[in-house]
Amino acid sequence: MDKTIDQIYEEALNELAAADIETVTDLSVRYLGRKGIITQFLRNISKLPKEIRPEAGKRANQVKSDLEKKFREAVEQVESKTSGPVDGIDVSLPGRPARPGILHPITQITLEICDIFSRLGFDIAEGPEVETDYYNFEALNIPKNHPARDMQDTFYISDNIVLRTHTSPTQPRVMQKQSPPVRIIAPGKVYRCDSDITHTPMFNQVEGLLVDENVSFGDLKGVLTIFIHQMFDAETSLRFRPSFFPFTEPSAEVDMKCVICRGEGCRVCSHTGWLEILGAGMVHPAVFENVGYDIKKYSGFAFGMGVERIAMLKYKIDDTRKFFENDIRFLRQF
Amino acid sequence: MKVSLSWLNEYVSVDMDVSALADALTMAGLEVDTVTDRYEYLRNVLTGRVLSVSSHPNADKLKICKVDIGENVISVVCGAPNVRKDSIGAVALPGMVFPDGRVLEKGVIRGEESEGMLCSETELGIGPDASEIMVLNSNISVGIHLAEALNLSDTVIEIDLTPNRPDCLSIIGIAREVAVFQGTTITYPDIPISDSDRTILDYTSVTIDDPERCPRYAAKLVFDITVAPSPFWLQDRLMSVGLRPVNNIVDITNFVMMETGQPLHAFDFDRLSENRIVVRCADKGETFTTLDQKERALTTNMLMICDGKKPVALAGIMGGMNSEIDDSTTRVFLESAYFDPVCIRKTSKKLSLNTDASHRFERGVDPAGTVAAMNRAAQLMAEMAGGRLIGGSIDNHPAPICAKKIILDVKQTNNRLGTDLNRYEMSKYLKSIEFTVEDQGDTSLSVVPPFFRVDVSRPEDLMEEVARLSGYNNIPTTFPHIPAEVRLPVKLLRERGRIRNLMTGFGYTEVVNYSFIHPSFCDNLQLNEDDSRRNVVEILNPLTEDQAVLRTSLIPGLLKTMHHNTSHQIKNIRIFEIGKTFFSSGKDNQPDEVEFLSGLLTGSRFDLSWHFSETECDFYDIKGVVEELLNSLRVDNIKFTSRSDVSLDYTLPGHTAQIFAGEERIGQVGRLHPRVLKPFDLKQTAYIFEINLDSLIPHIPDTKFSKSVPRFPFISRDITIIIDKDTESRNILEYLDNIGEQLVEGIHLFDVYEGKPVSAGKKSISFRIIYRSPDQTLEDEQVNSIHHAITGRLIDEFHATLPA
Repeated sequence: MDKTIDQIYEEALNELAAADIETVTDLSVRYLGRKGIITQFLRNISKLPKEIRPEAGKRANQVKSDLEKKFREAVEQVESKTSGPVDGIDVSLPGRPARPGILHPITQITLEICDIFSRLGFDIAEGPEVETDYYNFEALNIPKNHPARDMQDTFYISDNIVLRTHTSPTQPRVMQKQSPPVRIIAPGKVYRCDSDITHTPMFNQVEGLLVDENVSFGDLKGVLTIFIHQMFDAETSLRFRPSFFPFTEPSAEVDMKCVICRGEGCRVCSHTGWLEILGAGMVHPAVFENVGYDIKKYSGFAFGMGVERIAMLKYKIDDTRKFFENDIRFLRQF
Repeated sequence: MKVSLSWLNEYVSVDMDVSALADALTMAGLEVDTVTDRYEYLRNVLTGRVLSVSSHPNADKLKICKVDIGENVISVVCGAPNVRKDSIGAVALPGMVFPDGRVLEKGVIRGEESEGMLCSETELGIGPDASEIMVLNSNISVGIHLAEALNLSDTVIEIDLTPNRPDCLSIIGIAREVAVFQGTTITYPDIPISDSDRTILDYTSVTIDDPERCPRYAAKLVFDITVAPSPFWLQDRLMSVGLRPVNNIVDITNFVMMETGQPLHAFDFDRLSENRIVVRCADKGETFTTLDQKERALTTNMLMICDGKKPVALAGIMGGMNSEIDDSTTRVFLESAYFDPVCIRKTSKKLSLNTDASHRFERGVDPAGTVAAMNRAAQLMAEMAGGRLIGGSIDNHPAPICAKKIILDVKQTNNRLGTDLNRYEMSKYLKSIEFTVEDQGDTSLSVVPPFFRVDVSRPEDLMEEVARLSGYNNIPTTFPHIPAEVRLPVKLLRERGRIRNLMTGFGYTEVVNYSFIHPSFCDNLQLNEDDSRRNVVEILNPLTEDQAVLRTSLIPGLLKTMHHNTSHQIKNIRIFEIGKTFFSSGKDNQPDEVEFLSGLLTGSRFDLSWHFSETECDFYDIKGVVEELLNSLRVDNIKFTSRSDVSLDYTLPGHTAQIFAGEERIGQVGRLHPRVLKPFDLKQTAYIFEINLDSLIPHIPDTKFSKSVPRFPFISRDITIIIDKDTESRNILEYLDNIGEQLVEGIHLFDVYEGKPVSAGKKSISFRIIYRSPDQTLEDEQVNSIHHAITGRLIDEFHATLPA
């Protein structure tokens, strides 16, 4: 023990004051490293006289932590000096554009509908857009010369070939190929000769069909309630009211509480507080007979909805013709 | 179907307010479309006191009146003889739309300003008196609405009836429904006619030659009538539901039709040859002039009402000019019949003649209500036209319509509906709508619906009635049992989804265009005469010529979209569409539906930003998208060729590549031909591509397998050669691909240059070749010798030279 701890301390401080960029790290190692002066000193404390040992140890540790701090500060100071002021960029400038395209709102809604029903165990089916009279009407219990044909203004290609007026022909097409149980959802374009602010001659529907043993009207209510709750929100209440579709019996129109006014009454819901959103019903036995299903054994439900209608309500769009104008400024909003 | 609330109240006492009534009707399946105040049109008519009457300087018969209408005093020119100072009249103000459609405007009559009009009852559609202006009770306030002053109030409910409910095409039909949900009773009109007498047969007869089309025909004679305008209450009833009064006889038939749903027809008995009726189909080549003065060409399946010699009415649709009731008519032959719905509908469609009568017959009238409605009308003719009823009536009923008995299984009904109703409850519901119900053991009911419910024929129809009456919303909501049995998703759907996502990732926005299009699109696209895309499907009844045929290409839709956007100052456009095209396979067959993906690019490569200078996009921008799309789909046998053995039509030769998957042509990509711009009213260069998805999708692999990533470093070597300008780079790339050198991992074309110092007719082309071994780190010498050999082979193969 040549030097006292305080002498070492003083020398260290002096050397530190004189150190520069290159030497400060070495200096730190020389005093505080594994073989450093302070480290050595501490190791040799046991050799000191017993009576001054505690005092010297305490002092040495104080010096050690103090030097550690001072060296650290010195290193930091040196480092900050070396890097100097940063030669920066203007980060407020806009980044290089990486703009993706947008799916058409009709596609987005259709995918959302299909996704909900897929999670409920429905498969997706498609059918031709130009249909025979048989699949579009006859198989669905809409005979020729039946007033129900007036419900849909039809585009004809010939007496026997039409642009499908609904996605419902997918029902008999699927059932002819597949025996129960059937659970399908069928999105697609449909056509009616009608054109104004709420009608375009082409629009999109999604059809649903579930056939199995012991399927009830209550089940239909359950599936559609889940659907509407997923599509809109879980607070949306539904009402079912009697209606008529030739291919379902009983038939129902499904209304949901107006999503615009929450049922208070507004222009969108014609001040009724309700919005017509779906047509539905239990599959008519005549449809089952047409595809050769056993009407004693099987029952089922079917439903259909307009995609534009749902998109208009979800996105608050007031004119259905906008969907087919394809104005980029409109499409990019979705 | 319009329903006047005051008329409805004649049969059922409505004890709920209008909005509750509308709601209850809707929930009963009779969807209310609109509820309107019938006297809304009188909102521009006020009560006014005549303050002074002075003569008109330029017309003897006109007077100038100062009229106090509360807020101010206006000047009114009036020609009515009964206009008096201090009397209170009905003053229509400018903007008033009269029931006959005339609109009142502020005007100048013979040089004098008139700011309103003093009206008669008839002019306002509220009374029979047309001869003079209305004079109101002198204690009525001035300046209030006339409807309020006269206590005029009625509500008209318009119901959007579904075609299964013809029984509700009458006020009584609606009243029946109201009585059910109110739990009240209905009062039918009293018809005090007895038919014991057979005198009618002394005067006339009815022969039905076609009982299938005419299962029932009833007739009654009313003599000594005087044709005149109907009493006002009757006219008013007709007007309240939108019908126009004609004369008492015609009005009565219309009134009873609206009341009961049974269409009736009145013939002038003296204009019927041989004073008799024959019901038969039209003869071949026969023509007939209907009441609307149109001559109709008849076909042999059209049912006609004829007299002894000729047709006198188009059965169930419209009467004829030759037997019409006119002012001279004194003897009426009244018809009430049941015609086959399909027969009536066919004729009505064929002749495009839709009437209130045909609307009801083709949906099905009450086959049991024929005689009652006829008697009701005959009774009214006696009362209101001074008629004398000839004793008895004719009721030919050659093909009686039988009551249908339906067995309803209680358990099955509950299973189907998800309800838990017992048979007493079901029975109660069905009886409430006049169905006859008997127990059939403990488990089922035997049900006979009333004749007027033509829509009920199967147990499911009864289930609907039970559900409807117990309330759809009272049926418990359940969820079907769905077994864990899943089918694989269809490849087309899966790949279409990937393609959509890739395209949006490339910055392309999806558009959806109509499937139909103007027939000129083929010419506008400059398609060859024998191009298969000229094989379009034509629509028989298009809405406009713009939508007259189905598209065989998505390109016209994209060009239309481009036009819409560029004409709205959007110049930089990248869009795509996925949709069907339609190729005719003959008029009576379904066309081939082929799904395409098409894209369009126009404008600058980048939107305006500080990063890039504004550069026009070019062919390689869109080709890059197509390449990356197909790469991402892992289609590995794609080739782009400039082959010109396919007609290029709307893309520019020399700027178009055909896309091949293996040997199959799946599409093309290129620059829009300048000659196509004009027909689509476009001004800027555009690039397009189209891919037949039905052809592409089979080339997309179903499975993918991993390969290990390289462990050893690569060595790259560049090579530049000078070749003929016309040599396609594709040839060199393919040559290198097939050169059979194991260590070549990849070839990147990174420069193409024409111009000095490269001599004319030549171009320089540079590749970077990546060499790598899967087993070891390559040495420079190893690579150098291979690279040297490859260079030599390229020079030989393509007559290339090395740059100086």
